[in-house]
Amino acid sequence: MEPFKPLDAVAAPLGVPNIDTDQIIPARFLWRKRGDGWGHLLFHDLRVDDGGTPRAEFILNRQEFRDARIVVADRNFGCGSSREHAVWALYDHGIRAVIAPSFGDIFFNNSLQNGLLPVVLPASIVGAFITALVQAPGTRIKIDLEAQCVTGPDGVLHAFEIDPFRKQCLLEGADELAFTLGLDEQIDAFEKAYERKVSWL
Amino acid sequence: MAEPATLFDKIWSSHAVQVRADGATLLHIDRHLVHDGSSNAFRTLKSRQLPVRRPDRTFATPDHYVSTLGRGLAAINEPSRRGMVEDLEAHARSAGVTLFGLNDRRQGIVHVVGPEQGLSQPGMVIVCGDSHTATHGAVGALAFGVGASEVAHVLATQTLWQHKPKNMRVTVDGTLAPGVHAKDVILAIIAKISAAGGTGHVIEYAGSTIRDLSMEGRLTVCNMSIEAGARAGMVAPDDTTYQYLHGRPYAPKGADWDKALAGWRLLLTDPEARFDREAHLDAAEIEPMVTWGTSPEAAAPITGAVPDPAAAPDAASRDAMKRALDYMGLAPGEPLSQIAVNRVFIGSCTNSRIEDLRAAAKVAGGRQAVVPTMVVPGSGLVKAQAEAEGLDAIFKRAGFEWREPGCSMCVGMNGDLVAPGDRCASTSNRNFVGRQGKGARTHLVSPVMAVAAAVTGRLSDVRQLLTRS
Repeated sequence: MEPFKPLDAVAAPLGVPNIDTDQIIPARFLWRKRGDGWGHLLFHDLRVDDGGTPRAEFILNRQEFRDARIVVADRNFGCGSSREHAVWALYDHGIRAVIAPSFGDIFFNNSLQNGLLPVVLPASIVGAFITALVQAPGTRIKIDLEAQCVTGPDGVLHAFEIDPFRKQCLLEGADELAFTLGLDEQIDAFEKAYERKVSWL
Repeated sequence: MAEPATLFDKIWSSHAVQVRADGATLLHIDRHLVHDGSSNAFRTLKSRQLPVRRPDRTFATPDHYVSTLGRGLAAINEPSRRGMVEDLEAHARSAGVTLFGLNDRRQGIVHVVGPEQGLSQPGMVIVCGDSHTATHGAVGALAFGVGASEVAHVLATQTLWQHKPKNMRVTVDGTLAPGVHAKDVILAIIAKISAAGGTGHVIEYAGSTIRDLSMEGRLTVCNMSIEAGARAGMVAPDDTTYQYLHGRPYAPKGADWDKALAGWRLLLTDPEARFDREAHLDAAEIEPMVTWGTSPEAAAPITGAVPDPAAAPDAASRDAMKRALDYMGLAPGEPLSQIAVNRVFIGSCTNSRIEDLRAAAKVAGGRQAVVPTMVVPGSGLVKAQAEAEGLDAIFKRAGFEWREPGCSMCVGMNGDLVAPGDRCASTSNRNFVGRQGKGARTHLVSPVMAVAAAVTGRLSDVRQLLTRS
C-alpha cells in the first residue's frame, strides 16, 4: 500500500445517496485479478454507453473533473456488496479520498486497507461542498491526514475523525496483516484457552 | 455483578484476543467461509508466502460463478468464470480446506450451506468475503461480510481487527397475516429504518413475530441486514434454533451437544441491557411488499402506488427518486399491482431454502407461468429435498424452470442475466441499478409474491390467489 500524502486536488461531486458497489464496479468484471488494472472500469455503466463511448455528461468524463482525485458523495456511499474491487477501481482511477456523511461499513474498511481515505463529515457540510463543486466545477479541496482536516471549496477548515492506528497505517503505507502476524503468540494462547471451552469445534 | 450485556456484547467479548490502544479488538474467528470470489485473498497469501492458519476452520464452496444448467466444471462454458471455480478448488486443495465442490451434493450458496451443514452455530463469530454473511446471525451467531484484504487477514491469522459496532434492536410483535412472510418483514423494516438505518450497528431482531419465525424465515430476515446498512443481524437462539441444528453434520454430538447447549442458553440479551437504537414494527400492519426503486429501502405494500418524487422531503431525495423511477420505467401514482413483469427469479441466499420452495410450490400448484420463471434451489441438498417432496414436478407443471444450485440471477455473475430493460420479480436481496444485468429492472418480493407475478405476468397481491384457491 502506498503512503497517503497530503492532497490538494480537484473534487468531483456525486450528490446521489446510496451509491452502491454494484454501480462503482459491475459484477461482470469481478473475475479479473487485482493486478489487472481497474481504473478504466470505475462506474463503467454510468461512464460509457452500450457501444463503449464515454457519456459526455457523466461527472468523471467532464473536462473539469478529468483530474479529480477526491470524490464528494451523499450518504451511504459504497453500500451493498463487499467487493473490494470497488475500492480498487476508485484507487486505480486516481481517487485517493472520498468525503461523505456516511459509508457502507464494509466499503469503509476496504478503503482503509488500500490507501483510499474515507472522510466522514456532517451531512450539512458535505451538502455545501457538493453545491459549491457543482456551481464551480474544477474547484479544489485539500485534505491533510496528519492534521485530520479538510479545506473545503470555500477555504474553510473542517476537522475529521479517524482512528489513530488506521491513520498511522495510511500515513506509512503499512498494512494490518504484518502487524497481526507479530501477535502470533497471543493468538496461539487465545486459541488454546478458547478450544478448551468450545471443545467440539 | 457483570454489566448487563446484549447477545452481541457477549459474543464479542468471548472472542476478544486483544484490544488495541485505539479501541480496536482482535476477534477470533470460529468459521471462515470462502467461495469462488475469494481467489484474490488466497493469492495475497501465496505472494507473501503465508500458510492458511486454520484450514480446519475454513470451508469452501463455489456459488457465484457456477452454472445452474448443469453440474461439473464443463457446464461452465465461459473460461473466465470456469477459472474462478477452478481457482477456488485448487486453493482449497493446496491449503487443506474442506471443499463442497461442484460434484458434491452439499455444494450450494455459501449462506445456505453454512447453516444447513450445522457449521453456523450460536455464539460463533463467522465471516465470509460476502456481504450477505449476516444470514448466519439467524442461529444466534455474530456473522458479517468482509472484503478481500480482510479475507486474507483471516486466512493468515484466523483473526480480524474490528471496532465494536453499536447495538440496535428491531422488535416486531404480533401475528403475520396469511400471504405475509419473512421477506415482507425485512423489506418493511428496511423501508422503515432506511438503507443506512443500521449503519455502524449490529441489529438484534426480537419480538414475538421473530420468535414465531422458522429458522428459514430468520435466515431470510438476517440475510438482508446489510441492506439496512447493518454490519450484522442476529436472532437469539431458542428451541427453534436447537431443533434446527440438532443432528446436522457439523453440529456437536452427544455429550458435546449437551455442553454446547448449556452455553448457548446463556447467550440471551440480559433484560436490563441497553440498545443504542431501537425500532418497533407491528406485524399486523405488514402487507406483502414489493420494491419500486433501486434501493431496497424503496419498498411498499403491494396495495400501494409508485410514490411521487414531488412529495420527497428534500431536493436530494427528490432527485434520487426521479433517477430511480426513470431507470425503473415507472410513473408516479402507478398502482404497484399493475406493473407488468417479463420474468421471475426464485432463488438467492435470501430465499432459496426448502421452506421458500414449499411456500412457492403451494401457490404455483395448478397454475401456469405466463412469463419465463426460474427456480434455483440454494444447495444440492435443498434441491434433493424439494425433489423428494415433488416440488420440482409442481414447478415444472407450472412451466417454471428447475435449475441447479448457485447464486444465479441475484447477481448474474454466472451469466444468468435479466435482459436490458426487462423487468424481473425477484426473491433476491438487491434491486440496485444493473444488479441483475445491465439495464435490468428488479422488483424484490417474497417467494409467494414471485409466484403470483409469474402466474399473472404482473406484480400482484398473492392474497388474492390464496382466497381463490
